Amino acid sequence: MPPLPGMPPIPQNVPLSWYLILSVILFGLGTCGFMFRRNLITVFMSIELMLNAVNLSFVAFSHQMKAVDGQIYSFFVMVVAAAEAAVGLAIILTVFKNRQSLEIDEVDSLKN
Amino acid sequence: MDAILFLAFAFVAVGCAVNLVLQKHPVSSALSLIGVMGSLAVLYLLLGAEFIAAVQLIVYAGAIMVLFLFVIMLLNAGAERKVKGRSLISKLIGIPAFLAFVGVVAWLIETRYVNAGALVHFGGFTGGGPLEVGRSLFTTYLLPFEVTSVLILIAILGAIVLARKEFD
Repeated sequence: MPPLPGMPPIPQNVPLSWYLILSVILFGLGTCGFMFRRNLITVFMSIELMLNAVNLSFVAFSHQMKAVDGQIYSFFVMVVAAAEAAVGLAIILTVFKNRQSLEIDEVDSLKN
Repeated sequence: MDAILFLAFAFVAVGCAVNLVLQKHPVSSALSLIGVMGSLAVLYLLLGAEFIAAVQLIVYAGAIMVLFLFVIMLLNAGAERKVKGRSLISKLIGIPAFLAFVGVVAWLIETRYVNAGALVHFGGFTGGGPLEVGRSLFTTYLLPFEVTSVLILIAILGAIVLARKEFD
């Protein structure tokens, strides 16, 4: 495909750092969601986003090292995320049962 | 071709992640998260991790997100209310702190990591199929694998204990 005039040439292959920087951006966005949102479920989904970002860098390093170990680690991260989702959603159910609300600001019994 | 696929799905992933953070309604956030996971699965395929890509779609985008949507609908979660009196500092430094974090880590990766310029090309690593992953999982990583099964058992018990009805 000939490059379009006026556009910077797109490289054929991507350097490893682009994958890592994408992972950093997704992790940062997950952190932002974790801090800014006040809905318990959305906060929980932000944690899942952070786990996904870390998985991406594990798989990118696995490609770089030509070894399968990084993929095994990301597999274990997925397993732990599944267990965490089951327990976390059960906790959210219990919080909702006791307070009839999902606002994170209202769950402040431990404050002061 | 690799670069075009990477850029396309990286933009989809970042756009969906921004949408996840900005949306007020949890169902919209959950759908955005499914978008992030789908595009990450394509990136895993580009990196030669076929098994992880399949697990990402089946376990993450399939099972875990269905669990999330199920809980959202069970609790009838609506949009967030506007809350007044949030601290001014968090509004002012939130976005700049995010940009500074991304900038500093990206600069560190580009300047300090020796392999940062190594090119990633499709087919450069073919050891990510179910055969290789399974062999590694059941030889080198056998103990972590078995410990994981205990972890899942504990998680199941915890979920049942937390979510059951109280019998009086």
